[in-house]
Amino acid sequence: MHLALFIIFGGLCVAGALNLLFQRHPINCALSLIVVMSSLSVLYLLLGAEFLAAAQVIVYSGAIMVLFTFVIMLLNAGKEDRTHGSKLAYIAGFPGAAILLGLLAYIFLSRQAEFGQARLGEYMVNTGALSQVLFKNLLLPFEVTSVLILIAILGAVALARKEH
Amino acid sequence: METSFLAFVLINIVKIILVVVILLMSVAYTVLLERKLVGRIQNRWGPSRVGPFGLLQPLVDGAKLFLKEDLIPLAVYRPLYVLAPMIALTCALLSISMVPFGADVRWHGVQLLQVSDVSIGLLIILGITSIGVYGIALSGWSSNNKYSLLGALRASAQVISYELALGLSLVGVVMRAGSLRLRDIVNVQSTHGLLSWNFFGGFQFVAFFIYLMAAYAETNRSPFDLPEAESELTAGYHTEYSSMKFAMFFMAEYANMITVSCVATLLFFGGWTSPFGSFLSGSGPVSTALLSVFWFVAKVFFFLFLYIWVRGTLPRFRYDQLMGFGWKFLVPVAVANIVVTAFWMGLWLPVH
Repeated sequence: MHLALFIIFGGLCVAGALNLLFQRHPINCALSLIVVMSSLSVLYLLLGAEFLAAAQVIVYSGAIMVLFTFVIMLLNAGKEDRTHGSKLAYIAGFPGAAILLGLLAYIFLSRQAEFGQARLGEYMVNTGALSQVLFKNLLLPFEVTSVLILIAILGAVALARKEH
Repeated sequence: METSFLAFVLINIVKIILVVVILLMSVAYTVLLERKLVGRIQNRWGPSRVGPFGLLQPLVDGAKLFLKEDLIPLAVYRPLYVLAPMIALTCALLSISMVPFGADVRWHGVQLLQVSDVSIGLLIILGITSIGVYGIALSGWSSNNKYSLLGALRASAQVISYELALGLSLVGVVMRAGSLRLRDIVNVQSTHGLLSWNFFGGFQFVAFFIYLMAAYAETNRSPFDLPEAESELTAGYHTEYSSMKFAMFFMAEYANMITVSCVATLLFFGGWTSPFGSFLSGSGPVSTALLSVFWFVAKVFFFLFLYIWVRGTLPRFRYDQLMGFGWKFLVPVAVANIVVTAFWMGLWLPVH
């Protein structure tokens, strides 16, 4: 059951990501991204992170991507013009990406034992336990992060404000 | 009691079909109720010709919408134009699956009065609601019509803004229950009848009013129905839709109303519990099930009535008032409510 769900939603995720790259209209790209994010949330759920899964849908699919589509709708962005891309991308980009991918795969496979393994559906972190960790053990990093986000918001407001 | 897998699947399928049919019927009759009540508020009769007291009107309306020609204008972006009403209706119907309609009554180990009992039920309802806005946003954009686009833009901005206040208003309730499972939230309120409901005993009345206002905005209902303000936008996001596609938007709106009423009942008014404590809450399994469903439906009906009453009474907000109200009033009050609830729980309640 878990494996079947993983294959379905993992496949959906990859298909959405590929569709995001191949679509030419920005709104289709945004919708593919929503598919990617929603199927990611199912993968989180399979790994036992129920709160993260719900937050992923509420925050990313439900709020941030709505803003993306909002902007696309507001600007009425047209179809993307395809170029052949820069030569640099062909010469350095593809081999570079391939090398990086190979390197990462090598490291992960050679050090498999040290990373440990999480099986699908093995355990469930309930929201209460998560909040204990967040608000007791990791209180300072949590609060510092929220201040960081607040600063970012203030910066955005200051930049967007009209001069009087 | 041990159940076979087949029996489990069968009971669940029957349950899901029943819930969907009952939900769609209540959607149809909420429309009738609204027409009747608004008619009375405006000193006229409302539908009265079809059947006794106009009771068959929803069926006739449904038949009419089915038989109408399904126009697709030339300039629309077809895939999204067709997809949008489906998204809207699917999300509206999905979220009812988390709602428990009555006490924990089981048959062959299957919960009879709830489609699925999930530990993060409340978050899932919020998530599905937040996905539902794509139906409106995409319909407006793909219609290729200025009025539709304006309606969709208003709707998405409004829903995102009010979602924040809505989510924050629920935190106090979740803090009191210590759980996101809707059954747990109701069980916390079930000890002393009316007095232990979150609205009264839980001191969450501020949260309730924030929830109510934010929820009216989330469902695009009056006085926050700017996305479909007919005097400014002809019909808003569904201007270009006809026949069944229009009906799907309409059904989605009313199904959302029902879900919101259910959630308000569960979170603030004790769900299926009797207002008189153990009095009138049943003794055997059958009477418990029937009475709990009765109380639940009665409370949900009250909220639907309130929806219609508000629609018949209040004028529409102006757009800047709407945004200012959401961001500058509801959100700060909701945050203050969380802080006060936290202090109250920390200082006066025994640690559990």
